[in-house]
Amino acid sequence: SSWWSHVEMGPPDPILGVTEAYRRDTNSKKMNLGVGAYRDDNGKPYVLNCVRKAEAMIASKKMDKEYLPIVGLADFTRASAELALGENSEAFKSGRYVTVQGISGTGSLRIGANFLQRFFKASRDVYLPKPSWGNHTPIFRDAGMQLQAYRYYDPKTCSLDFSGAMEDISKIPEKSIILLHACAHNPTGVDPRQEQWKELAAMVKKRNLLVYFDMAYQGFASGDINRDAWAVRHFIEQGINIVLSQSFAKNMGLYGERAGAFTVICSDAEEAKRVESQLKILIRPMYSNPPMNGARIASMILNTPELRKEWLIEVKSMADRIISMRTQLVSNLKKEGSSHNWQHITDQIGMFCFTGLKPEQVERLIKEFSIYMTKDGRISVAGVTSSSVGYLAHAIHQVTK
Amino acid sequence: AYRTDEGQPWVLPVVKKVEQMIANDNSLNHEYLPILGLPEFRANASRIALGDDSPAIKENRVGGVQSLGGTGALRIGAEFLRRWYNGNNNTATPVYVSTPSWENHNSVFMDAGFKDIRTYHYWDAARRGLDLQGLLNDMEHAPEFSIFILHACAHNPTGTDPTPEQWKQIAAVMKRRCLFPFFDSAYQGFASGSLDKDAWAVRYFVSEGFELFCAQSFSKNFGLYNERVGNLTVVGKDADNVQRVLSQMEKIVRTTWSNPPSQGARIVATTLSSPQLFDEWKGNVKTMADRVLLMRSELRSRLEALGTPGTWNHITEQIGMFSFTGLNPKQVEYMVKEKHIYLMASGRINMCGLTTKNLDYVAKSIHEAVTKIQ
Repeated sequence: SSWWSHVEMGPPDPILGVTEAYRRDTNSKKMNLGVGAYRDDNGKPYVLNCVRKAEAMIASKKMDKEYLPIVGLADFTRASAELALGENSEAFKSGRYVTVQGISGTGSLRIGANFLQRFFKASRDVYLPKPSWGNHTPIFRDAGMQLQAYRYYDPKTCSLDFSGAMEDISKIPEKSIILLHACAHNPTGVDPRQEQWKELAAMVKKRNLLVYFDMAYQGFASGDINRDAWAVRHFIEQGINIVLSQSFAKNMGLYGERAGAFTVICSDAEEAKRVESQLKILIRPMYSNPPMNGARIASMILNTPELRKEWLIEVKSMADRIISMRTQLVSNLKKEGSSHNWQHITDQIGMFCFTGLKPEQVERLIKEFSIYMTKDGRISVAGVTSSSVGYLAHAIHQVTK
Repeated sequence: AYRTDEGQPWVLPVVKKVEQMIANDNSLNHEYLPILGLPEFRANASRIALGDDSPAIKENRVGGVQSLGGTGALRIGAEFLRRWYNGNNNTATPVYVSTPSWENHNSVFMDAGFKDIRTYHYWDAARRGLDLQGLLNDMEHAPEFSIFILHACAHNPTGTDPTPEQWKQIAAVMKRRCLFPFFDSAYQGFASGSLDKDAWAVRYFVSEGFELFCAQSFSKNFGLYNERVGNLTVVGKDADNVQRVLSQMEKIVRTTWSNPPSQGARIVATTLSSPQLFDEWKGNVKTMADRVLLMRSELRSRLEALGTPGTWNHITEQIGMFSFTGLNPKQVEYMVKEKHIYLMASGRINMCGLTTKNLDYVAKSIHEAVTKIQ
């Protein structure tokens, strides 16, 4: 007999299941709107030009493959911090921060979660917005934390339930941990306006909460890296020493290269050094040291002026294409004769859109039209093209009229 | 890390070639790999460990999880064992680590949640060899179902491996006592120069019907240190068990790194699946292994020629990157302070640091240390 007879079959990943079903479908009009990766207007994966150039530059340097330090490539971590905080940030210039390279967003979140479990003794509770990225909950749970929630998305209006969020946050016990999506909230695409961010900052400060920002879409949301980092920077300027997870999967298209970073804003540079030493002790028994390739590419781009300029243009063009698909989807729905209010599609921002479709309607879209999305009605706008947006609008109208 | 005779890092020629191929392939992009990794990598990596004619592979009861280096593979395996081995979430299952071992073994299993990490006898300092009796004794008295971390070859840090006969004795005890073998294989090919020879122990255990884990690293044998290429090979009783195990490992991977890095796995998969590139790789590996073997024999012959007190056959009998010289902490201090030769307080030296240019100096320094300091 086997040691593993009692091991249960794990549940299929909900998002992967969408892609698998899409692959099996033979309908020529099929659309995969579950994918959390950018596609160009031909529906193809897009390798950024600045990435190709960076790769060529790296290849020509003929570097060795020696281990990176546990905390990762220094040029990369410094540039990541500067990108998030802004070059004029007092926290950045004074060095009162530590940034370690992480395995994209997930790995960075996990390092942070483990760090909090070990060193943030005031609370085990992490408050997530309702809803949040599906993987947040198991990440924090596996790190030994407990999950709570605050109101965020209002399904009646398909937008932010700001008063509900403020009310819930006002009741969060002091010194709890609150997770905020810096921009392009996943899965809803609903972000607070700057005025609302200001109130949120004041509230979390009042409640003395530890703020954990997850920034996976800087530049990718509005097309402007500074605008997308506004909330992160505002909180820090208000004296809130946040912790932050960054991903370069989407904004540099480096998905499989796993480039990310975890940052702790500290009281001073000396504290940062102590925090760094503990992060190293956490990372070493996980994977020893991080992978070089993605960090090297990202670093080359961020630190080479011409490449950085080109990157900013490319990231804006990705964001713009998505915004344009949103606009076209709404206008096509109007043309179909839909009487519903679809404004939330253009109000929402980033890769994803919470359409407001109910599970039965989603089921019909899949079965009758071969349009694949997750059951919560979330679509990846990145998967829409100018040649398919008409079909999508038609199908949505059919199931909602 | 490996060094050339000029004391430089070495990017394997086959790696350079394959990287160029990858760079020139415009059909490739940077999309996510599946959670468990690149399928061609996982299958080829497990095949390398278990052998082309492995019955376990033929019977479809082998799985692989692409991981962040050997460390990552160890961690995924440890996290899985803590959740699912010997009951559900049994953090009390004893985990045995050799004395000495790679220091990170302890931390990996501790951070995975195991509360009872013990040591098993391994290095006999007096005889400068394997303490087989001590090891077998520890296994006899270990609680049933205990987990044992075994170094597949080139034991780190002693360089001392059990002989095939000794491995047979170890396997017999482990089978009788229902102990779980978790192999750490970081040096396959790099130790003896032969992939098959270095995998003998793992394959023997498989042939004896064990269910086991093998954490593989391609850092040293492919020189891909910073690409973090590893594979956790899972051998189970049958395909169904392996499938369920993999499905649960997927959940663990998803909250640790979501999916693994692409570059290193592509290089290894491309190399291993092409007969020509595979042969080239084996040649590169043999180059590294041979240089280390040469340094061992050259060092030993110099020490014997100098008449350095003690016996020095252990230098050539030990295998792999490291050697436990037998120098005591005071002698080590002399080496570091007076001769500027850096080695661990344990007397461990990295053979890769030896070159034809420094052999004489190192031998003379060891001679001085041993004769001047007791």
